[in-house]
Amino acid sequence: MTDLSTPTLATPLFPAANADRAAPATGHIRVEQLRVVFGRGANATLAVDDASIEVKPGEFVSIIGPSGCGKSTLLNVVAGFVAPTAGSSTVDGKPTDKPGADRGMVFQQYSLFPWLTVRKNVEFGLRQQGLPLSRREQMARTLLGLAGLLAFENHYPDQLSGGMRQRVGIVRALATSPQVLLMDEPFGALDAQTRQVMQQILTNMWQRFKLSVLFITHDIDESIYLSDRVYVMTARPGRIKAEIPIDLPRPRTPEIAFTPEFLALKQQLRALISAESLLAMGGELKDGGLEGFELSVGEKGVGDLL
Amino acid sequence: MLTVHPRLLEPDDPVERTPVDRTQADRTQAERIAAAALPGTATDTTAPASPPEPVVVAAPLPARQGLGARLLAALPGMLSAALSLGLFVAFWYFATKYKLDFYIRFNNIPSPGEVWQNAVILSDSVRFYENMAISMRRILFGFGIATVLGIALGLLIGQYRPVRALLFPVFEVLRPIPAIAWVPMAIMLWPSNETSIVFITFLGSFFPILLNTIHGVNSVDPVLVRAARCLGASESALLRQVILPASLPHIFTGLAIGMGVAWVSLIAAEMISGQYGIGYFTWEAYSLIEYADIAIGMIVIGVLGLACSGAIRLVGNALMPWLASQRGAEK
Repeated sequence: MTDLSTPTLATPLFPAANADRAAPATGHIRVEQLRVVFGRGANATLAVDDASIEVKPGEFVSIIGPSGCGKSTLLNVVAGFVAPTAGSSTVDGKPTDKPGADRGMVFQQYSLFPWLTVRKNVEFGLRQQGLPLSRREQMARTLLGLAGLLAFENHYPDQLSGGMRQRVGIVRALATSPQVLLMDEPFGALDAQTRQVMQQILTNMWQRFKLSVLFITHDIDESIYLSDRVYVMTARPGRIKAEIPIDLPRPRTPEIAFTPEFLALKQQLRALISAESLLAMGGELKDGGLEGFELSVGEKGVGDLL
Repeated sequence: MLTVHPRLLEPDDPVERTPVDRTQADRTQAERIAAAALPGTATDTTAPASPPEPVVVAAPLPARQGLGARLLAALPGMLSAALSLGLFVAFWYFATKYKLDFYIRFNNIPSPGEVWQNAVILSDSVRFYENMAISMRRILFGFGIATVLGIALGLLIGQYRPVRALLFPVFEVLRPIPAIAWVPMAIMLWPSNETSIVFITFLGSFFPILLNTIHGVNSVDPVLVRAARCLGASESALLRQVILPASLPHIFTGLAIGMGVAWVSLIAAEMISGQYGIGYFTWEAYSLIEYADIAIGMIVIGVLGLACSGAIRLVGNALMPWLASQRGAEK
């Protein structure tokens, strides 16, 4: 675990160690013994079971696990969309019983309002707070300027590339000054190159805004590159299988992926996850399913078999 | 919470130069993509510190072409349209000239020439314009009320289960009854002929608008609703600022259909129970053996109906400028 566990020390006392990561006092996510059951009776599905996680103020934490393991459900509990069946979820001690602007969220699907321009999208949250037009326009332009998106303020989302839409999505989520940012595989729909650039942009924004980030992904490299800590979830029902601190120095560049420390972490996480992925696919992989085909095929390809 | 953390508005935090520089590559690449889709827009963002001029892109893209170029491009279409109409009128002309009679009979059908002569005479008749104006007014009231009620109820029924449970069954029972079937009941129900005709017009357009609005609400992408809630939208803000605009394309489909049905219902109601109105004019011409006027009435109804649909399309395009960019993105 990094030295972020002591947020109170992150002031002038040790400026050298924590200069650019002075942890704010707010944005503390705490999920304790969370259990989520969907449906009732015979149709009941246990999605998350006895999961406890914590994101300390200013910390970047990822949850990684096979698809359908309940990691999105866990995030939705923190966002306030799903009520816990048992256990608790709080941000700064307040139960997350309904969604709110104190928790910004970035979705995997493009979630910009297509009928609003980029700037109006960013203004949406400010408008809900009742800010006057001129004020929110100015704030939105400032934020878009910081993100290098100002030239596109009057574009509609459909005129933007996928990477830009997600950048606007992040800026929109930041506009209401949330203490925490919840991200549900935000770069899952992007191609590998765009994804890598987006990871750097996100790291940069996170450090500037000093937020707590809870990040859902199934990409091991992504989770190591971005996080201070990674939780590994089991196949459904989702439990926390491991908690891996990522003690890599920051700032991190993409080249860090070739360092032995990174590769060791990757190997460790891969081992933890591949077992779960097999479990998650369980029924799909009976009778030679894993081999693909149990015998090798000759020159004529599949024609040999038939 | 009405303030933003001051940290949000610090443009020059001396943290971390490298990642900022790195984003440059992506930014320019992304801009190139956007710029390719949008010829003629400035895309200089290399220096976020000095904000570039705001770019206005919202206008429909084809409007940037010159008028001459657009006319030229439309020429083949216009020529074939003229040919199509010319063939129709020519058939009409010869069929009436030679009194064509093969099951359908052209013996009593007015020729294009007769129709034109009567049209010239009618163009001086105040009464004729009054009939048009009265029909338009009935459409305006009937369709207008249907629009307001249809959209409002559609939003509520689509969004709130209890409202749906309470209102939808009634509408489901009433909906299959054609507006024209209401004519006798409407005459008894409403104090004047005028209000009952407006009521018939209203009924005709109400259900298409209502049903399409409900459909629009039901097909709103749930992720947009979740995003809005995360941004602190209240229930009423959600309805007005998310559900309504997201449903607009469906609503306008309903309005276009509703306008068509409104005219059908209006003309029928005017023919059956009316005094005044272009439908009444057309039926009266038949009773008075002014056969050329029948054709004039029909043509006027067609033109007015077309104008109303065109108006809806124009309003739709003005209210939904983002659809132009969506269509542009698909190309």
